[in-house]
Amino acid sequence: MDAVKFVENDLNPIPELPEFKAGDTITVTYKIKEGNKERLQKFQGVVIQRRSHGNTETFTVRKMSSGVGVERIFPVTSPFIESIEVNKRGKVRRARIFYLRDRQGKAARIKERIFHKK
Amino acid sequence: MPGLIGKKIGMTSVYSAEGKNMPCTVLEAGPCVVTQVKTQDKDGYEAVQLAYGERKEKNTPKALLGHFKKAKTSPKFKLVEFNGFEEEKAVGDIVTVELFEEGEFVDVVGTSKGKGFQGVVKRHNFAGVGGQTHGQHNRNRAPGSLGAASTPSRVFKGMKMAGRTGGERVTVTNLEVIKVYPEKNLIVVKGSIPGSKGSYVIIKK
Repeated sequence: MDAVKFVENDLNPIPELPEFKAGDTITVTYKIKEGNKERLQKFQGVVIQRRSHGNTETFTVRKMSSGVGVERIFPVTSPFIESIEVNKRGKVRRARIFYLRDRQGKAARIKERIFHKK
Repeated sequence: MPGLIGKKIGMTSVYSAEGKNMPCTVLEAGPCVVTQVKTQDKDGYEAVQLAYGERKEKNTPKALLGHFKKAKTSPKFKLVEFNGFEEEKAVGDIVTVELFEEGEFVDVVGTSKGKGFQGVVKRHNFAGVGGQTHGQHNRNRAPGSLGAASTPSRVFKGMKMAGRTGGERVTVTNLEVIKVYPEKNLIVVKGSIPGSKGSYVIIKK
């Protein structure tokens, strides 16, 4: 397995990303190719899961777009991710919050995690 | 075809220059030792015999021990013949993964994973018999007819039926070499190859 890790780190290194987990609201800025042009697009939503581990890890971001739920899966090592910004830390009790898919409006709110200063 | 003996290490995925995520397999290839050079005069054909994989001396047959002693190398697990090497090889030479270049295409031979006794749907890609109607039931994965009735009144040889599946030699052709690591004896090829991790494979140019 060490050899696989070595290859992954060489060909597919993990970029430095801010720490986030399920329940957090993040904005992913990613590059979009249209023909020869490249432009940036933002996707803001709630992280509902982080899947797999190491260099093949992915995370799913869910947002409501004009009343319709939209989910996007991003690999952490994707060369198209420009930056990730954490907007809000959410307080949830599980690592995969799929129950959010069944909820709408007020019920889909997530409490904010508050950090007290020591 | 020149080639090497190796071992399947595992799979991962990497991004191509265009940003496409592609599955790839990491293989350990070589270093292989030349244990015998077959010639037209002596053996009737040209070939280079390579050996790979460390093996304990006590687990090696006596006859093979002598064979490895001749090549002045430790006992090995796998012996495979190749031909068509650019340089002339002599007994005792070492062939490394530098044989391969990035971007070229290779064929990989391996032994597929054993699947046990399987029915015709998995084994021969039959579609099964039966629809939802006409009173049919219990026939979803059945093989169907085995042939005609009173003539020939037997089942032809080689009829595709259920049986032991997998565990056979499979060749995957035209796999792109993504990367070669000569210092670690590793080669990364695009796509999957048959067999489980740690199984021996033959990589041909």
